[in-house]
Amino acid sequence: MTDNNLAIAPVLELRNVFKSFGALKATDDVSLTLLPGEIHALIGPNGAGKSTLIRQISGEYSPDHGSIHFLEKDLKGSGVAARAQMGLGRTFQVSSLALEFSALRNVMLAVQATEGTSFRFFKPVMKDQDLIDAAMVFLQEVDMQSRANIPAAELSHGERRKLEMAIALALKPKAFLLDEPMAGMGPEGSKALTVFLDKLRHQAPILLVEHDMDAVFALADRISVLVYGRIVATGTVDEIRTNPAVREAYLGEEV
Amino acid sequence: MLNVSRETILNCLLALTLLVVPFIALSLDEPFYVTLATRVAIYALAGVGLNLALGLGGLISFGHAAFFGIGGYAVGILASHALNYEPHFSSPFELEGTTQMLILWLVAMIVSGLAALIIGLFSLRTSGVYFIMITLAFAQMIYYFAISWPAYGGEDGLSIYVRNGFPGVNTLIPINFFLITFGVLMSALFLVATLRNSRFGAALQAARQNEDRLSAVGIKPFNIRLATFVISAMITGLAGALFADLNRFVSPNMLSWHTSGEIMVFVILGGVGRLFGPVAGAALFILFEFIFGGLTEHWMFFLGLVLLAVVLFARGGLIGSLAGKVRYD
Ligand SMILES: Nc1ncnc2c1ncn2[C@@H]1O[C@H](COP(=O)(O)OP(=O)(O)OP(=O)(O)O)[C@@H](O)[C@H]1O
Ligand SMILES: [Mg+2]
Repeated sequence: MTDNNLAIAPVLELRNVFKSFGALKATDDVSLTLLPGEIHALIGPNGAGKSTLIRQISGEYSPDHGSIHFLEKDLKGSGVAARAQMGLGRTFQVSSLALEFSALRNVMLAVQATEGTSFRFFKPVMKDQDLIDAAMVFLQEVDMQSRANIPAAELSHGERRKLEMAIALALKPKAFLLDEPMAGMGPEGSKALTVFLDKLRHQAPILLVEHDMDAVFALADRISVLVYGRIVATGTVDEIRTNPAVREAYLGEEV
Repeated sequence: MLNVSRETILNCLLALTLLVVPFIALSLDEPFYVTLATRVAIYALAGVGLNLALGLGGLISFGHAAFFGIGGYAVGILASHALNYEPHFSSPFELEGTTQMLILWLVAMIVSGLAALIIGLFSLRTSGVYFIMITLAFAQMIYYFAISWPAYGGEDGLSIYVRNGFPGVNTLIPINFFLITFGVLMSALFLVATLRNSRFGAALQAARQNEDRLSAVGIKPFNIRLATFVISAMITGLAGALFADLNRFVSPNMLSWHTSGEIMVFVILGGVGRLFGPVAGAALFILFEFIFGGLTEHWMFFLGLVLLAVVLFARGGLIGSLAGKVRYD
């Protein structure tokens, strides 16, 4: 796949992105691409700057330097909501839900957002069967239909992770930004999610931040290794496994 | 669908009580209570406006007196021009005063809504304490402007010599005017209930619960909040218009921060975010003023204690204590 990089237009492209918090270089000259149909895993030790990078793509933070292009458009100046509308579907490392709403209503919110119908003032959402049915489809995809009417606040950790995923699906994004979707899912949950993500890449490419190395090695077409805000290596699973610098900087400690 | 919640029953009881009390008062030849009930309805309406922003949207506006007062002044100014047969301005078109409530209400709502649009454009870029302070600051600016504007009474306020008219109704009869305000209050409650359950309401309540989540699905919280702030102000502005007609008088008092505080007290006493919270809160406030105001001039102090108790021990206010926590379906 790396050989064809130039031939295929990337869905997402970061060029020389820098971001500092005071003296801390959280993102240090990062360039990377996300190609159609691929899972590009972003790994690195705690505090390496993975979430900071995701936040710059999603629009929560703006880079100090460098550019981010999505579908060949420069994202500079677009806010979080605008980027979501353009087709960037992200999940949060720590679940971020409307906690008083049921699981179903959280997904319904995403459906109405993609339809651009949030300025409808009269029809009650809970009598809007089309909206409910549309949202239910996405809950089913993550096997959460039986929990549809439970308030998000009362869902277990693993269920909230799944709900995050269902919301991201409902956005029908053109690229997924998943920040540690396996975190706290348990071995069973991680295996199921691995199977799920494997199929999801055909719907839209995935930039996957993940600590679970089994999942990363099973899924990734390419892996980039981030250490102290810098990408120290990018390559296929085999290239990364055998890269001495990576073993020293990262895998050596963990595997 | 006989699955009626406790809150719905409570709401119906509240509405019914408010409707029946003035008639009982009349039959007992105690017309004073009709005016009292009218005040409850108007205060409640002001609170319904604030509750939309504060309760559903989490926007702690400490400047809703601005809209209450603007609604009041809109009525006062237009009515005084009508009385003097003196147009506001004659070009490019002639705008004369009017004494028709329906037109006055419309004007009051439009002007309050425009004021909210401007205030909201600035204040909604901030949140938390800054939002509270900016809304307060805007309201105080308008307050001082009213004080220093001699053309419409300045500090002394402005009298409305005859209560404005409503098609087919003699508004000078207190019970008629009460019924008008009651009808307006019920319509506003219906509107807020409808908004709450709509797609717009879903986005608004999500903005309160977790604005990052709302942005992440692609809805800009700012736009939703601005629309809410404007609608909220229009309802409170309408309450101000009715208040002007009740007293046949408007004064800068309506615009002062005390008024903002009182409107907030209605909402908190009754239950923040509860549909009938402001109705319960306004009723409680007036009852308190009536009962303790006769005994001691420090009744506000005791109201303060009650408010403290509500904030500390009964976060859902009166409605919350009686009907339990909010549950979304
Ligand atoms: N808003 C901020 N202000 C100051 N420092 C920040 C901010 N956000 C992140 N940082 C710092 O930037 C560095 C990178 O943080 P980031 O959350 O991106 O790491 P990460 O790779 O996602 O780590 P983890 O694997 O633990 O999730 C950390 O040192 C963090 O403390
Ligand atoms: Mg992180």
